[in-house]
Amino acid sequence: MAETFTIGKALNLGLRRAMEDDAKVVLMGEDIGKLGGVFRITDGLQKDFGEDRVVDTPLAEAGILGTAVGLAMRGYRPVCEIQFDGFVFPAYNQIVTQVAKIHARSKGKLQMPIVIRIPMGGGIGAVEHHSESPEAYFAHTAGLKVVAVSNPVDAYWGIQQAIAHPDPIVFLEPKRRYWEKAEVDTAATPEPLFRSRVVRGGDDVTVLAYGPMVKTALQAAKAAEEEGRSLEVVDLRTVSPLDLDPVFESVRRTGRCVVVHEAAVTLGLGAEIAARVTETCFHSLEAPVLRVGGYDTPYPPSKLEEEYLPDLDRVLDAVDRSMEF
Amino acid sequence: MTALSQATEVVDPVPGASSPHLPRQPDLVQLLTPEGERVEHPDYSLDISDEEMRGLYRDLVLVRRWDIEATALQRQGELGIWASLLGQEAAQVGAGRALQDGDMAFPTYREHGVAWTRGVDPLHVMGLFRGVDNGGWDPVERRFNLYTIVIGSQCLHATGYAMGVQRDGAEDAVLAFLGDGATSQGEVNEAMIFAASFSAPVVFFCQNNQYAISVPLERQTRIPLYQRAAGFGFPGVRVDGNDVLAVLAVTRAALAAAREGQGPTFIEAFTYRMGAHTTSDDPTRYRLASELEEWKLRDPIARLKAHLSRSGIADAEFFAGVDAEGDELAARIRSGTVDMPDPAPSSMFDHVYAEQTPPLAAQKAEFEAYHASFEGGEH
Ligand SMILES: Cc1ncc(C[n+]2csc(CCOP(=O)(O)OP(=O)(O)O)c2C)c(N)n1
Repeated sequence: MAETFTIGKALNLGLRRAMEDDAKVVLMGEDIGKLGGVFRITDGLQKDFGEDRVVDTPLAEAGILGTAVGLAMRGYRPVCEIQFDGFVFPAYNQIVTQVAKIHARSKGKLQMPIVIRIPMGGGIGAVEHHSESPEAYFAHTAGLKVVAVSNPVDAYWGIQQAIAHPDPIVFLEPKRRYWEKAEVDTAATPEPLFRSRVVRGGDDVTVLAYGPMVKTALQAAKAAEEEGRSLEVVDLRTVSPLDLDPVFESVRRTGRCVVVHEAAVTLGLGAEIAARVTETCFHSLEAPVLRVGGYDTPYPPSKLEEEYLPDLDRVLDAVDRSMEF
Repeated sequence: MTALSQATEVVDPVPGASSPHLPRQPDLVQLLTPEGERVEHPDYSLDISDEEMRGLYRDLVLVRRWDIEATALQRQGELGIWASLLGQEAAQVGAGRALQDGDMAFPTYREHGVAWTRGVDPLHVMGLFRGVDNGGWDPVERRFNLYTIVIGSQCLHATGYAMGVQRDGAEDAVLAFLGDGATSQGEVNEAMIFAASFSAPVVFFCQNNQYAISVPLERQTRIPLYQRAAGFGFPGVRVDGNDVLAVLAVTRAALAAAREGQGPTFIEAFTYRMGAHTTSDDPTRYRLASELEEWKLRDPIARLKAHLSRSGIADAEFFAGVDAEGDELAARIRSGTVDMPDPAPSSMFDHVYAEQTPPLAAQKAEFEAYHASFEGGEH
């Protein structure tokens, strides 16, 4: 059955289905019950599944993640909502020192099937700590997987796949795109979770993005087409583990590669991707792999966020620079 | 026996031991009843002139006027968001006016009333919520730290600052603000442990406005919050947060104790957030209108006004004068906000470091060149 949903609604329905499928799934977070979360992603779930399955926690992120570890040891599948990206840090210790390492430390005897949902990124005019892109901190930590969805279809299926997955997953939701719509076939066979996907074919330059920047990359491709230039856009979908085979294949054809993300450029995901593409496709490259991202400054006050965030012009500018080589 | 050591004794020796499900109704320090009657409290007295009393009223009215104007400006799209203090004016003004010049205050994001008492220009606070900067006031000069949005972090900063005061042998004290929800954070608990362990001159001022966004107090604690202090080894007091006189008296006493080397106090100002958590919130999803109606009867401004007029401390002319001042303030805030210019784009590269780094300087230059390339262009 195909219906049109926003990303927010798709997540809500995906969570609902995961909870129906598995009684061990427990949602935990601040304000996720009666309020349905500040973005209403869990709207109506507490009413239908009760307070034991949709838990309004005390205001304590370390508490949420730390107790999730214990619940997971006891066979539950906690899905933790962090209200905003900037508030994950009180839980950071639990995530990187415990959640990420327990499987290895116990030689596989303990699994941590925990999903950490984080609305990430900027563009909503918020005050500080509400617009950050912390993915590299998590991707740099062995033992964690990091998913960043960009559209309702991946939101719907991705959240269910993440919950069913045996490893801990940081699940990044593109908050400024929560209201974007697309058709979702809820009876389809979903694509596997940890695979990237070419979302627009093209011949001149390969553009990689994930999460909120996929739309920006697609907009840039459309604008480039009007100028007679053809961009191939790849949605990474998962930033750890990276699925770069389709990217290598694409770059071997186009000879050019531009990576786009909101997070600061220095030591961001783009740096890793550029290195890997260079190692693998060196002889096919016509130009160095270029990165478009946030500046190396704190996320600025909202009146400047349009300057900070990569937009279609900055992507096109990088495409131009790539073509000039 | 000082008021504060007295206060320790109302704390359960074993918090919650009596009945965790039915927490004992604690003593609420009150100097002004909801009807506006001045009452005495055995441990807390307040020596205050008529002039000061009128000053407190003026503070309350102006701060509320500012808040109402800000909410309206947000609705009109001039602010990204606003965290209203409606209903909490007495807690904030009472606490703020208890501070002496050398004292330092560490706010969260809702302490506009305290900012007011520290002489922070309301337009600086408006700038933060408008998104032109992260709070334009000078925290050192105002002795009022920048707002802290990550819940609870400021309690550790306040404690560390107090440890500095202590080392300096200064007579100052520190006031840390937090909400009822914040008491659940690990960092807040760590702050209390440090404060107690080092006897730091810090007072934790918790505005228990009954909710952390949608989550009611009972989800954060099984015992009255002020009783938590006993577990950390320092006094806890619950004060009527809608009674500006009581808040002033209790906070002054706690700060005095801190100054005298008696260490921290935890104050629970029992109050209610009359508005939404912020302008993005919908409180009808989680609380009943009847609750709001009940709390309206304890309005902090109405009760002081009743007292002032009944006792002849202020007359109609005075009240009209304050209202007129409110209108002026609101007009200044409105025009100042609407006319506030956006920051220069390249300003985001400034002040990232005390000593600018070469890569960032290069990034700034590149950014400026890129920007300049659009000037006069079609973009
Ligand atoms: C570490 C952290 N987690 C979550 C949030 C989001 N948040 C902002 S205010 C708030 C509730 C705070 O409640 P309380 O401490 O009672 O203060 P109040 O807002 O009621 O004054 C939450 C959960 C945050 N700012 N910081």
